[in-house]
Amino acid sequence: MVIQNIAAPTPVATRRRRAGRQRRGWIGWILTAPFGAVFIAFLVVPLGYALWMSLRTNSLIGGDRWVGGDNYLKAVQDPLFLKGVVLVIGFTLVLVPIQMLVSLSAALVLDSLTSRFAKVSRLIIFVPYAVPAVIGALMWGFLYSPNFGPLKDLFSLFGADAPDLLSSGNVFGALVNIVTWQWAGYYMIIIYAALKGIDPTVYEAAKLDGASAWQIALRIKVPMVSSALVLILVFAIIGTLQFFTEPQTLRPIAGGSIDAAYTPNMYAYSTAFSYGQFNYALAISFVLGAVVFIGSAIFMTATRKRSGITE
Amino acid sequence: MRRSTTTRMVAIAAATLLLTITGCSASATSEPTAACQNEIPNKKAPSVEVWAFYPNFDQVVDEFNATHDDVQVCWVMAGAGADEYNKLNVAFESGTGAPDVAQLEFDQLPNFIIRDTLVDLSEFGANDVKDDYTAGAWSSVSSDSSVYAIPVDSGPMGMFYRQDILDAAAIPVPQTWAEFATAAQQLKDSGSAALFTDWYTNFGYFTHAILSQGGWQPFDYDLSNPETIGVDIDSAEGRAVLKYWFDLIDAGLIDTEDRGTTDYQSKLVNGGYATYIAAAWGQKNLLGVESNDPTAVWRIAPLPQWDIDQPVAANHGGGGLAVTEQADDPELAAKVAMELFGTKEAWDIGIDQVKLFPTWTPVLESDAFLDSTQEFFGDETANRDIWYPAAMDFTGTTFSPVQSYVYDAMRSELVAALEGTITSDEILANVQTNVVAQLEEQGFTVK
Repeated sequence: MVIQNIAAPTPVATRRRRAGRQRRGWIGWILTAPFGAVFIAFLVVPLGYALWMSLRTNSLIGGDRWVGGDNYLKAVQDPLFLKGVVLVIGFTLVLVPIQMLVSLSAALVLDSLTSRFAKVSRLIIFVPYAVPAVIGALMWGFLYSPNFGPLKDLFSLFGADAPDLLSSGNVFGALVNIVTWQWAGYYMIIIYAALKGIDPTVYEAAKLDGASAWQIALRIKVPMVSSALVLILVFAIIGTLQFFTEPQTLRPIAGGSIDAAYTPNMYAYSTAFSYGQFNYALAISFVLGAVVFIGSAIFMTATRKRSGITE
Repeated sequence: MRRSTTTRMVAIAAATLLLTITGCSASATSEPTAACQNEIPNKKAPSVEVWAFYPNFDQVVDEFNATHDDVQVCWVMAGAGADEYNKLNVAFESGTGAPDVAQLEFDQLPNFIIRDTLVDLSEFGANDVKDDYTAGAWSSVSSDSSVYAIPVDSGPMGMFYRQDILDAAAIPVPQTWAEFATAAQQLKDSGSAALFTDWYTNFGYFTHAILSQGGWQPFDYDLSNPETIGVDIDSAEGRAVLKYWFDLIDAGLIDTEDRGTTDYQSKLVNGGYATYIAAAWGQKNLLGVESNDPTAVWRIAPLPQWDIDQPVAANHGGGGLAVTEQADDPELAAKVAMELFGTKEAWDIGIDQVKLFPTWTPVLESDAFLDSTQEFFGDETANRDIWYPAAMDFTGTTFSPVQSYVYDAMRSELVAALEGTITSDEILANVQTNVVAQLEEQGFTVK
């Protein structure tokens, strides 16, 4: 900005400019007020109330009383809670790389295809995301069923016994399968959009330098979409650590492999609604929230160079 | 260009506003509880909200509404079993949203009673109808002279069996558990495709009933002294019963499929099991099922006994109608609770359509009920010979105030034993440890 005239501005002009700036400031507050009201009413106030409730307890004998941090101490020592945390961390470590691999490969392949088949494939891969999570879990529950699913027929073709995919040993893999099926399309679309944003002259330059298609994909495309990758990785980690819908939906038909405390969120749910211990359930939820926060913070710090967030 | 955009935006805003207003006004002019499952005929009379999950309950409600001018019932289906109890927990915690009358099974009553969420119906004349109900049912809903629910149905247990499967293998109908085990082995040896029965672990009430029949008395709890509870889950009787069943499982003679799954239901009606140990209401899983095998011949026998000379009746399920402390008019709600299933007409529907087993003695002890038969079960007088004696001999079960927790703990340990992680002897010990810890944490003194 080049200032042509360094003469002092007239008082009238200053007043008008200051008034304009104040008016612009006010307009900002007014426009964000509806969102602010909803945010405070439906997020901040309930969180505050939940925090206050988690510092109290309401036992069957003894009633409603203040206990301070007792619920939190109990939560971090609760074997059922810790077992659930270990499970969701393990789940994240297994599921997220698989999801990334599947969605990244699909996006890369679709990016290099130019036929009409590409458009149809994009839609087909994305459709599972449009299926509500509960419906998807129920569908897969039937597919996994020994009597009603296709596995028994498939395996009998080879003369073998179909494995029970909902048994204790297999239910982990079964859940990984359902979540990958559901979410790979969503992540693929995000990566695909990022790929489409890459300047094609970069590829021409690479081809001139003698790069093969494989090298272009791995050495050029993937690093250039790394910020999108980090974004969806953060989403995936936050979502997976709070895993709830699929195990809760499959719990009635899983024959005991999924118990009431399978994941921390399920444990909070059972504690609150089945046993009526709302205060302890809130403490569990806050501790889980802290776990998610720490997990995402660690991840984002480790990837800050790649994510493009330098501050 | 700018004017058309503004016009468009104004039109959209106006349309949204209009829709919101119509939406709001629609609910403002409708009946007090727009969520009623049934149509209330007399809208001027006060309405009482009832949460119940009896099948075909709308017919009972319609019958009540047609015969009562002073009060009308608004039935809300808030979920079956645990789903309804979860919603009640939320409603009681938040102080609003609970119905006037709620269906509660016997095992859930202590938990709701000690939280002061149920109204004592004795002040509304409930003790006057005490003699109209079976002793076992009444003891399950009352403590001394306080009455917390009006009993509706009970679940006397018996054994449904496939006559054709047993005849094909020349097996006599077992009368004791020892004979049951022998018969199971015989069935397997005969090469039949059917397993002898299914012993499921996902309904704690069933496990409770089976163990109690063997002399298991896990809780010593009296509502007149609510802060103290005696716990004897890991008793010799309990371990003996579990050992019996796990021996059958280990020998591959019975199935452990969860009840209620489609796999279980299809096996049940298609010859997967030779016997079906269930309460009287369990027959609804056999009757009128589409995929029912038409060549199947089902009959009913009394529940096998540990000692044929000292028979013990078992009860699985059943419950009553309780009035919650959030009821606007407790007296009116109490009246509804007492009269919904308090007439012969209501019970005609209750037995035919809802398939309940009555605790109301005017119907239970009537010849019409006792002599009624069903063609499906070979026109035997099962009510008189099997169900009625079982219901009358049942003296009641003592449940803990943390029964949901007990069921979950039991289920975890049973599943662990089924997978082989623990032995059947350790099941009750683990359950005892967990339940005692939970009780102490909730402030109880455990004897």
